[in-house]
Amino acid sequence: MSSLAKPLICAAAFALALASAPARSADVTVRDAAGRSVSIRDASRIVSIGGAVTEILYALGLDDRIVAVDATSLFPPQALRTKANVGYLRQLSPEGVLGLAPSLVLAAEGAGPKEAIAVLETASVPYVRVPDRFTGEGIVEKVRLIAVATGAMERGDCLAARIAADLAALETLRARIRAPVKVMFVLSLAGGRAMIAGRNTAADGIIRLAGAQNAISEFEGYKLVNEEAIAAASPDVVLAMERDGLKLGADEVLAGPGFNLTPAAARKAFISMEGQYLLGFGPRTARAARDLVHALDPDIAGRLPSETDARACAG
Amino acid sequence: MIARGSVTRPPLWLVFCSLLGLLFGASLVSTMIGAAGIPLPRLAAALGLGTAGDAVALARDELVLWSIRLPRIALGAMIGAMLAAAGVVMQGVFRNPLADPALVGVSSGAALAAALTIVAGDRFLTAGIVSVRVEILPVAAFAGALAATIALYRLATAHGRTSIAIFLLGGIAIAALVNACIGLLVFVSDDRQLRDLTFWMLGSFAGATWVKVLAVLPFFAGILALFPAMARGLDPLILGEAEAFHMGVAVERLKRISIAAVALAVGAAVSVSGIIGFVGIVVPHLLRMIVGPGHRALLPGSALLGAAMTLAADAIARTLAAPAELPIGVVTAAIGAPFFLVLLLRQRSLVAL
Repeated sequence: MSSLAKPLICAAAFALALASAPARSADVTVRDAAGRSVSIRDASRIVSIGGAVTEILYALGLDDRIVAVDATSLFPPQALRTKANVGYLRQLSPEGVLGLAPSLVLAAEGAGPKEAIAVLETASVPYVRVPDRFTGEGIVEKVRLIAVATGAMERGDCLAARIAADLAALETLRARIRAPVKVMFVLSLAGGRAMIAGRNTAADGIIRLAGAQNAISEFEGYKLVNEEAIAAASPDVVLAMERDGLKLGADEVLAGPGFNLTPAAARKAFISMEGQYLLGFGPRTARAARDLVHALDPDIAGRLPSETDARACAG
Repeated sequence: MIARGSVTRPPLWLVFCSLLGLLFGASLVSTMIGAAGIPLPRLAAALGLGTAGDAVALARDELVLWSIRLPRIALGAMIGAMLAAAGVVMQGVFRNPLADPALVGVSSGAALAAALTIVAGDRFLTAGIVSVRVEILPVAAFAGALAATIALYRLATAHGRTSIAIFLLGGIAIAALVNACIGLLVFVSDDRQLRDLTFWMLGSFAGATWVKVLAVLPFFAGILALFPAMARGLDPLILGEAEAFHMGVAVERLKRISIAAVALAVGAAVSVSGIIGFVGIVVPHLLRMIVGPGHRALLPGSALLGAAMTLAADAIARTLAAPAELPIGVVTAAIGAPFFLVLLLRQRSLVAL
């Protein structure tokens, strides 16, 4: 009997210690995108994973707290130049992240692979999943979560208010759109095959924010689309992104099979914008949407409140 | 290979009439269906076979038909025929029922070159070359396919003799090496590149144009022209290389021609459509069960059946998930594999491999 009691007591004591540990040490508790409650004691060494997360941290003036960023943190450009790089968002290595001795990991919801995230979440370092919703409210939501997690509440309120003001100004611009145009986002054109954005993508989100309509709504995510379906969807405008100064050419896309039969080809309506700016869903997204509105209808133009001072909330 | 006396085969004219009918039917169905939905009466008008009322709709239908659907059908038929015929040739030369066109290294070479273009091309191609990037991928894939086959051929050939065993094993080694390189490229690629890469590997006729049709045509004509010569040599080769040599077959020359023909044809196919599996294995075996192992009937028959099967698979690939596209490799494997298994089990005695 006693041989059984000893380990039982040990286990009970251990469980008690585990249960009481977070309550004792936590300063801030946030509910992250996965619905988990994460307790954060210290936000002085942050690993920032995801382009929007890094952008928001810089906009909050918290860049000196960042110890590392991921490879998608393309803006501001100094992020990847001055901080350690933990690699590509979906190819994280738990050891690479934890080896930097962070006190907080802020990661976009899309971070992966799953196994690496599972390891990171069970490690003693608080891991906060920042939600990825491709709407205006989604951006404000990200800012608020990051502000709470880092304890920068005032700056967070400031930035959230500015973004909300931008979005409100954008809405008045949108109200001037006479008829929504159909926009098709082309992710890539490898070997003449078009990868097109469907529902529930950042591209779909920015097209909506710009008061336009996604020409493809039948599927989710990015998929290879049939040339006939491209012709049948008859987009008025083709949208693409450029990255590292590399972009798809208007002629290259619009002359392709399927595209050559669309109103976009007839009007030579092709828009190319910088990838992180267009699809980042961070502090600059309202401006990107405004630029897109203007590109779709040159008569509609306007300045957004935040353009007067980019780092007004940086403290 | 097959116990000839125990089975009665349908007459050849009937087989070929059925195959032609099948190909015609597949082409017809492929012409009629598509994401753009052209109703039958307007289809006839768009093909120039009748008159239509609405001039605007007719113009659009004509464009869809002539610039999208028909080049795709032409390309699909040619590539299906080439893949199936290449499968027959490979199984004949290697005297191995599992041989498929990928064995000569073309698929590996093409895949590596394509992966390099997709992943590294983004980084190293300067703005000046970007406008031709759409064309670079097929050209690179073709070059990669040929390079891999030439390397493999060099490895397997010594003192004017090509060892089929070394060719086979070397092909496996090269495929493993290439897979490692592709794995590395997958590791460094981002979402968009990964997507392009995966879809390329699974094959698709999306992006078919008349230019691609014209580019593939010479290879198609070439392998077709070699059918009689290859058929003559491959029949005695079933008995073994030495036996065929004593029967008057220039074995080394036959191997050289066959490998070159397969590499060129499959290289061209892979470079425009990506890797399409299973056609090169299922079609020849299917036909072997019907017409027997004689290459004189097997080669043209496989070409016809390969074309018909590929067209049917492509029709499914481009309509089932419309407006998105299923990769055709998924369709050929999903339909081909169970169908093949059923046939194999029902005719177990016939295929004494």
